[in-house]
Amino acid sequence: MKNLVKLLVGAGVLAAASSVASAATLDDVKSRGTLRCGVNTGLAGFASPNNQGQWTGFDVDLCRAVAAAVLGDPDKVNYTPTNATERFTALQSGEIDLLARNTTWTLSRDTKLGFNFAGVNYYDGQGFMINAKNLEGITSALQLSGASVCVQGGTTTELNLADYFRANNMEYNPVVFQALEEVNAAYESGRCDVYTTDQSGLYSIRLQLAAPDDHVVLPEIISKEPLGPAVRQGDDQWLDIVKWTLNAMIIAEELGITQANVEEMANTSTNPEVRRILGKEEGSTLGADLGLPNDWVVNIIKGVGNYGEVFERNIGSGSPLKIARGLNALWSKGGIMYAPPIR
Amino acid sequence: MATDSTHLPGPAATSRSSALNNPQVRSIIAQVVLVVLLALFIWWIVGNTTDNLRRQNIASGFGFLDARAGFDVAQSLIPYGSNSLYRQAFLVGLLNTLLVAVTGIITASIIGFLVGVGRLSRNWLIRQICMVYVEVFRNIPPLLVIFFIYLGVLSALPGARDSLEVGIPLGIQTPFGLIGWDDTIGFNAWLNNRGFFIPRPVFNEGSWLILAGLIAGLVMSVLVYRWARARQMATGEQFPVLRTSILLILGLPLLAYFLAGMPVDVDVPVKGNFNLTGGVQVKPEFLSLYLALSLYTASFIAEIVRAGILGVSRGQTEAAYALGVRAGPTLRLIIIPQAMRIIIPPLTSQYLNLTKNSSLAVAIGYPDLVQIGQTAMNQSGQAIEVVAIWMVVYLTISLTTSVFMNWFNNRMSLVER
Amino acid sequence: MQEHDMTFVRAEMINAQTAPVSERGVLRWLRTNLLSTPLDIVLTVIGVLLVIAFVPPLLNWAFIDAQWTGPDRSVCATIAQGGVQPEGWSGACWAFVNSKFEQFMYGRYSFDERWRVNLVAAIFVLLFIPLLMPNAPYKALNAVLFFFGVPVIAFFLLVGGYFGLPYVPTQQWGGLLVTLVISFVGIAVSLPMGIVLALGRRSKMPIVKMVCVVFIEIVRGVPLVTVLFMASVMLPLFLPAGMTFDRLLRALVGVALFASAYMAEVIRGGLQAIPKGQYEGADSLGLGYWQKMILIVLPQALKLVIPGIVNTFIGLFKDTSLVYIIGMFDLLGIVRQNFSDATWASPQTPMSGLIFAGFVFWIFCFGMSRYSIYMERRLDTGHSR
Repeated sequence: MKNLVKLLVGAGVLAAASSVASAATLDDVKSRGTLRCGVNTGLAGFASPNNQGQWTGFDVDLCRAVAAAVLGDPDKVNYTPTNATERFTALQSGEIDLLARNTTWTLSRDTKLGFNFAGVNYYDGQGFMINAKNLEGITSALQLSGASVCVQGGTTTELNLADYFRANNMEYNPVVFQALEEVNAAYESGRCDVYTTDQSGLYSIRLQLAAPDDHVVLPEIISKEPLGPAVRQGDDQWLDIVKWTLNAMIIAEELGITQANVEEMANTSTNPEVRRILGKEEGSTLGADLGLPNDWVVNIIKGVGNYGEVFERNIGSGSPLKIARGLNALWSKGGIMYAPPIR
Repeated sequence: MATDSTHLPGPAATSRSSALNNPQVRSIIAQVVLVVLLALFIWWIVGNTTDNLRRQNIASGFGFLDARAGFDVAQSLIPYGSNSLYRQAFLVGLLNTLLVAVTGIITASIIGFLVGVGRLSRNWLIRQICMVYVEVFRNIPPLLVIFFIYLGVLSALPGARDSLEVGIPLGIQTPFGLIGWDDTIGFNAWLNNRGFFIPRPVFNEGSWLILAGLIAGLVMSVLVYRWARARQMATGEQFPVLRTSILLILGLPLLAYFLAGMPVDVDVPVKGNFNLTGGVQVKPEFLSLYLALSLYTASFIAEIVRAGILGVSRGQTEAAYALGVRAGPTLRLIIIPQAMRIIIPPLTSQYLNLTKNSSLAVAIGYPDLVQIGQTAMNQSGQAIEVVAIWMVVYLTISLTTSVFMNWFNNRMSLVER
Repeated sequence: MQEHDMTFVRAEMINAQTAPVSERGVLRWLRTNLLSTPLDIVLTVIGVLLVIAFVPPLLNWAFIDAQWTGPDRSVCATIAQGGVQPEGWSGACWAFVNSKFEQFMYGRYSFDERWRVNLVAAIFVLLFIPLLMPNAPYKALNAVLFFFGVPVIAFFLLVGGYFGLPYVPTQQWGGLLVTLVISFVGIAVSLPMGIVLALGRRSKMPIVKMVCVVFIEIVRGVPLVTVLFMASVMLPLFLPAGMTFDRLLRALVGVALFASAYMAEVIRGGLQAIPKGQYEGADSLGLGYWQKMILIVLPQALKLVIPGIVNTFIGLFKDTSLVYIIGMFDLLGIVRQNFSDATWASPQTPMSGLIFAGFVFWIFCFGMSRYSIYMERRLDTGHSR
């Protein structure tokens, strides 16, 4: 036992020495040369590994954008797939630098869990999906009294579900799993009648089912689910970097800067706003103030494209999910995507 | 160390070097070093933890137990809703753990004893079947058995509309055609991928008479047992206690049932909008966990029982036969009491293993203590507190069981002398 | 003296008659083994019915109606389910196992680097087989290479990042690779740690004893799932800010601690069985504590509890499947995860995948238990009790 303790302490000291503790995430990421990003274990369109084992998706592209801004290379990301339980501890413990895993921004997560949300990259709401082939005649969530409902445990979804059925005086049987794959499998096998999660998730999961056309998403949206990237509390510089990476992508869409024309615009544009955010303004220190190179926005857009491009490529019209922009359109086009100015 | 063997340390040696060679001194030094290292280690961990919690602004303490839980639980033995408190959620989880553990232990013991005796049967076929059973289940992970029953068997059952009626088949289908009749005796019990639905008795007015009959039957059985024992002590004459007791315990409530005018109705499961409603629904999560744990643990119990019976020397049986005791009483009065003494200690640890393995519930969503704890951990962020609750509860169950079994074991061993 | 007429007495012995038909050959075997008593006959009938009810359908499902190759789920689904099989068809979908086989073995380990896993496996097998054979030469060298060489080589080869080998993050590991890595490390750590804990528990130093007892009883009293949760969720909280542990390493710590406590109790049983005279004999020779233990007591004690040690190994091997619950994909986990692959989802897929995983686990566990029985017989030098 004595030797054991010696061994443990020795190992602890050794491990401590090998990874020097530091509060500045930016310095850690730079010295490591890779960004560690927590993503979903597999939600098509948002974060899932393709057949070659490379991660793709809407959330993954946010990780890539941050890596492009900080390291100049969107590929320098190490992905950690996390389930609903692990995502919080992974971020709290510093195992990951950034959590981009369709996580709902709530007050208690902001305060009690010790996170800071860097904005909203997808405005979502909780919905219900049913197998229309088996349950003919059901067109509204209010007809679901007595149904078995599949839900992922430990999520805000689980709480909203309880509240919604209680508020409408309906009964239901919860079927709760911790891992997303298990919820999917249970729904597919007919263990439950209804699947509930964020609507974007429902569209994505529907695609993974054997017969997607049999399933319909009911019209009711029972909650607000602003999904956004989260970072640890207590590192304002890192929070700023993630926040403004997201904002820059939205602003790029407003200004029409795309992956294809960003180089050209950086060199030829005369629009002062474009020149400013692309780091071409004389004497501007906007990038340096963030702790980034001055062409950080160029790197982001070159690496992953603007917000609109990322949306369409992963979950919008350019993808099998075909989710409409809806609330996620720019404020100038009827949505609520609105970024504070970069200046 | 090598110096030790050259001269003997002891109180006689009082030179300066002897203090370090004195085993007592050295043992004290070693322990002091251990305590200091351990204290440093704990201090280091506690320091880090409080530091981390403060930095991440995580509140600690068990105050969250009195907050509203907000989530629903699929299966609960006590009234529970989303307005209940975390404390009640944990209680629901604990009761569910105990439910699956107790039912599993009973079933595993029955299967295990049957298979264990079967492995020693004179019948070659039975011996082989029992051996295959034991070797298969002992060598695969319990989690796999749970998944197998949950995903492979129960999920593959038809949906609610095409529920299977459960009954006793009067024939079986073989490659050579049907043996018996193509019919079943139904119980109004149904099986589908939402679980097992059985009729529920509804006790109307006058049902108390049945309960009274049952209690009377039990009390009378005890009295008969005492009287028969006293009579056997006095006269040596035996009395069929078991048969009388069964008759009393079953007969009296039945008599009361008819006397009270058949006050019990049966609530039969019927098809509803989404699923069968009415009756009792045994959820597939419970069913698969219960079956898997029973089948898995039974394979170990079978081996323990076999070893126990083999551990009683053959001379015991032969001596009993020589005294003219017949086979049944020999087994009941000579072999089993002696085998039990070998069986009980390892059996206890299998019971504990089953209870601990019930935590695998988390993989298939059965709301046991661990699953509810995990949900609570995510909803409240109180990781340390939840893990502490788990540890305390399981340790309590383990220690209580060992204390009880030690007491039982001691009683059993004292019979020997 | 009376004269006897011996003519009616045989001069030579008659040849033994063959036993009656009912007392020889197949019939006798049937009678004694299957039909000796009425109860026996009933049992035999039940047994035959059981065999008929289970074995032919099982063989049918697993071999005759099974689908061995195919591009996607259509070969394993009936027409109504969107496949090509006739209505009412039911058979194993080995095609699923076939097409996912590489994943079941390596997980998401980079394609180009899988030769490294194969190389480690080859080295492992090359050193392991002679170690198992009692008559193979160079035992000591072999053991040193196996227990100290293999882990080092395996670490550098599997993790990479040195000598020009690309780094493969452990998040990409999976399948049988993870199962074997966790079991091997668990076994290699739990045996020495178990010995230390067992000696500690029998130590005369009260504090050492108390510490060991508390550790052993706490770990043995709680389920592995909670230990794994603790390792994965709470370990990060115990460490200073910014210091992180690899996820696989955290699972390894959990499994190794858990197995050590069980191992300690098995070894303690062996220590208790050694007669007091052996301790006293060692003391009278003037041996120190460690000499006494290493040279006299432990060799005898460990030999006595070989079955218990192997049982603990088997338990550990089976328990590795629990890492699935903390989000790692060992063999069972990766099989389970692939059920949700829409390309292969069919009613037959889960059963087929689970039977395959069960078969792999079974081979390893059954092999270990048979080897332990063989070793037990070989090492039996009269201490049998």
